[in-house]
Amino acid sequence: MKATQIFQQLKLQFGDAILSTAEDKWPVVYVKAERLPEVVAHLRDSPGLDFDLLSSVTAVDYEDRFETVYHLRSLKEGHTLVLKVRVSRDNPVVPSLTPLYQSANLQEREVYDFFGIRFEGHPNLKRLFLWEAFPGHPLRKDFRYTTSISYAEPPEHEQAREL
Amino acid sequence: MTTLKTEQFILNIGPQHPSTHGVFRMMVTLDGETIVDVDLVLGYLHRGVEKLAEGRTYLQSLPLTDRMDYICSMSNNLAYCTAVEALAGITVPERAEYIRVIMAELTRVVNHIVCIGFYLNDLGAYFTPVLYCLREREKILDLFEAASGSRMTCNYIRFGGVAQDLPEGWLDQCRKLMAGFPAFIDELEELLSTNEIFLARGRGIGVLPPDMAVNAGVTGPNLRASGVAYDVRKAHPYSIYDRFDFAVPTLRGCDCYDRYMLRILEIRQSLRILEQALRDIPAGEVQSKVPKALRPPEGDVYHAIEGPKGEFGFYLVSDGSVSPYRWHVRSATFINLTVLPYLCRGHKIADLIAILGSLDNVMGEVDR
Repeated sequence: MKATQIFQQLKLQFGDAILSTAEDKWPVVYVKAERLPEVVAHLRDSPGLDFDLLSSVTAVDYEDRFETVYHLRSLKEGHTLVLKVRVSRDNPVVPSLTPLYQSANLQEREVYDFFGIRFEGHPNLKRLFLWEAFPGHPLRKDFRYTTSISYAEPPEHEQAREL
Repeated sequence: MTTLKTEQFILNIGPQHPSTHGVFRMMVTLDGETIVDVDLVLGYLHRGVEKLAEGRTYLQSLPLTDRMDYICSMSNNLAYCTAVEALAGITVPERAEYIRVIMAELTRVVNHIVCIGFYLNDLGAYFTPVLYCLREREKILDLFEAASGSRMTCNYIRFGGVAQDLPEGWLDQCRKLMAGFPAFIDELEELLSTNEIFLARGRGIGVLPPDMAVNAGVTGPNLRASGVAYDVRKAHPYSIYDRFDFAVPTLRGCDCYDRYMLRILEIRQSLRILEQALRDIPAGEVQSKVPKALRPPEGDVYHAIEGPKGEFGFYLVSDGSVSPYRWHVRSATFINLTVLPYLCRGHKIADLIAILGSLDNVMGEVDR
């Protein structure tokens, strides 16, 4: 399916949940955060669209906002699509895609770890690479390195061992 | 008579363990010898390359890619360079494209024989099979060293080409080595493919159904061993892969044995590509003109290649300056790990090591 057809179908189905579309190297669609799961479920399950592989989940800090970025592929149809969601920095919450795609599971935890974006509905939203007591989220542009990172509060499982 | 009551307990494997292929910890919930659940604890090799890259120029980040999956540095270089080239609109000379394909396929061969060798190690065939594999791998690493100056952290593929032309006689030596390679693969297969113990340890263990594999974003040989013919080289051709005649092998067993077998089949396909590339490689330039301080235009790009372990991609955002605004790696092994708890449930503890080995992880790429 051509990018313009995908755009048209999405606009017809979801109206104002589709904020804007663009044809870059990959076709890009900006989606309203709260309606993301609906749109993705439609993209996954509609015949002709069949976006069955959620290739990559990541985020970018644009200083005035966050953007979460989803790269979708269809193995059957061979087409690709990028979904982007603008997230406010004050209350960074996005619905989780883990119920729809297992591949989002670890990747959303990674984004939470590095950006502090919370994924609502994620079954196990914990830090992935850094320890729980790590101060701040390092891939945010306003993160500053400190020389005295606190190790005072051990992660949960360490406490459990002491009991 | 009353039935005996059992109690679950948690066994901690790693972070330092010979079978975790790096530094990786699993908290395994066991019921007797049967696995109930596996909890992954990552981050022991986390070096923060995505943050590091934001403070460097595009070229300065290239050595970081070598150190992610340290077995396939050439492939990682290729993924990063093609992504930057897509972002900045750089073209690559013909000869360099051929050299890149040769290097990428040699890397695939290296990766697969190392994976098979260490998988056998994990099964308990301690260090005899892997030694044969490492012996052959060393011959290819010699070629890498002759071209780039380094065995493992090659840093050879650059934006707009490769670092320097191949030394004299390199192609002949490579042709000679590749001509003898099928005999080694036959030898390996003779040793393993019909071995009764090997079959018993691999058949029906860690079954990954195709729907589950696609949903969990598993790519590469692990996906194709579940019967899904998805290969970035065929689905979204990059570089000059559309010129070569090769097949995408798939198997339907979805288990550990088929993940081994698929790698054998892929090595044979890689040898086919190598044969064609070594035959057709033209003379000429190996590097196009690229500014020292590269400033790609504003915008973002996601570009993925078929790495030896699966879809390996870069998501780059440029703000028009010399350093990337965002530098993200889509690491195949990291996402492949998503299915590990699913694959292990219900199997015995000894199979956990076999399943992990068959997934072919390198923790340097998982943690980054």
